[in-house]
Amino acid sequence: MAETFILIPGRTSKQGVTLNEGKYTDGYLEEINTLQISPEDMERLQFENGDNIRMWNDFGEVVVPCKTSKVDELPPGMLFISYGDKSSRLMAGETHGTGMPDSKGMDVQIEKVSAPA
Amino acid sequence: MSTVAPPPQESSDSAEVPELKVVTDATCTFCGCVCDDMELTVEGNKIKKAKNACVLGKAWFLNHHIEDRPEAIIEGQPASYEQAIERAAEILSNAIYPITYGLSDTTCEAQRVAVAISDWIGGCVDTTTSVCHGPSGIAFQEVGEVTCTLGEIKNRADYIVFWGGNPAESHPRHFTRYSLMPKGQFLPNGRKDRTAVLIDVRKTKSAKAADIHLQVKPRSDFELAWAMRAIAKGVDVDTAMIEEKTGISLERLTEVVEGMKAAKFGVILFGMGLTMTRGKHLNSEAVLSLARDLNKYTRWTAKPMRGHGNVTGADNVVTWQTGYPFGIHLGRGYPRFNPGEWTSSDLLARGEADAALIIASDPMSNFSQPARDHLAKINSVVLDPKLSETAKVATVAFTTSTYGINTTGTVYRMDDVPIPLRPAFDSPYKSDYEILKAIEKRIREKQLNGGMSS
Ligand code: SF4
Repeated sequence: MAETFILIPGRTSKQGVTLNEGKYTDGYLEEINTLQISPEDMERLQFENGDNIRMWNDFGEVVVPCKTSKVDELPPGMLFISYGDKSSRLMAGETHGTGMPDSKGMDVQIEKVSAPA
Repeated sequence: MSTVAPPPQESSDSAEVPELKVVTDATCTFCGCVCDDMELTVEGNKIKKAKNACVLGKAWFLNHHIEDRPEAIIEGQPASYEQAIERAAEILSNAIYPITYGLSDTTCEAQRVAVAISDWIGGCVDTTTSVCHGPSGIAFQEVGEVTCTLGEIKNRADYIVFWGGNPAESHPRHFTRYSLMPKGQFLPNGRKDRTAVLIDVRKTKSAKAADIHLQVKPRSDFELAWAMRAIAKGVDVDTAMIEEKTGISLERLTEVVEGMKAAKFGVILFGMGLTMTRGKHLNSEAVLSLARDLNKYTRWTAKPMRGHGNVTGADNVVTWQTGYPFGIHLGRGYPRFNPGEWTSSDLLARGEADAALIIASDPMSNFSQPARDHLAKINSVVLDPKLSETAKVATVAFTTSTYGINTTGTVYRMDDVPIPLRPAFDSPYKSDYEILKAIEKRIREKQLNGGMSS
């Protein structure tokens, strides 16, 4: 069963470091393509680190591996991903007259899938 | 002098040893902190050491080397700069609704030329500000900005609120160089003389550095700021509603607001947690209004935490030249400003722009899907030191030198203070400025002489 979560894309120091090493390096791609989920939600949903998660909303869909976030960092119900290609695929084209699409705090649904997209 | 003699070297095989030099007071342009106290040890075309740089700054300097790429690519084929300049001028001159976008990772000198090109061709000019603190730019126009420099924060700020950001990871030296830790003129004990609050939806690394973490519920920053304004003014508030909406108890919030009122000099440093979340400019507006209100009791300021090395320069340059910071249309011969209409994300997502000039930015990796789909279809001219998804779909892609590492110029720190760049080594590639200047010249020749070189 899919559930609705709030996704917060953001910057991490690993993302910044690996970005400089190169946008096509394994380190950068791994960092921007990994979804962090709170330990409580990982346990409740019976997800394991590395499981592929389909995440979607009205505007797009991505499949990314997940990992448990650091204890306390994320409250249950919230997801984190490093800002980049994958997070941007879930943004709408509409900016509500500001020029800025909703890029943080987006409602998304997630479910475990068997294979990457 | 920024370049000093190298330390004496052990004698070695002299023919093979590349030139070694030390560049002092170099400037890191990786983030908006624009730290200008770098000491770079440079060996030939490689920076070997970046003393004083943070983990991000080190990665920025140590991973920059001369790329092995053609100087330009036209429709997937290697080309000379001359051919690429000719084709770029042709694309931009023939476009009906062109956009210029990016600009936050280049010098102010190059930004000026990009605005001039947009003006000559009657296009739109927009920068990455529109998808970072653009909403704060809108908020400044609504409620103003009680501003200060990072130097004032260092020397005076005894109460600091970080709101909707994680500087420990995004601006690692902000705490140590400018805000939290340094000893200042009126804060002789540094960190001990300051109170720090983090307001954020996550308990990030920055929470550990703060004295108080208000873990606000997502999408309720506006309500939190509004409640704080009310508490500061002594207006009756609905305790249950505040707690329900924001997740913060009135007692805790009152404690913070009283602390803010009792400070000698306070600053709110706010990030994209506000501008990228529903409400956007209204979130920034609420926080700016809170800082403004607090001036009734003591001195308070608010500054956005800016991301890219010269995004603040982009705001400054575009504003001197057009009167507005981003989202500008020059097609009628005079500037008009309308975020949502002439901002790049919208112009592309609606399928309106018919050509794009993109400088040092990668919208193909971070714009919405409809915007990317349209950008991939139209003619585009892209300037970037490295290969990117945007360069891959460009009609004309220029390889450029890197600002601050290979080229000199001016950048603005996040507090609007201009800082000169001191490059480490030369690049065989041209700078953004040189390429844009050549494109501008060629466009003017076409406009004035029917295409003949003057
Ligand atoms: S804080 Fe920013 S500007 Fe300063 S060294 Fe680190 S990355 Fe560079």
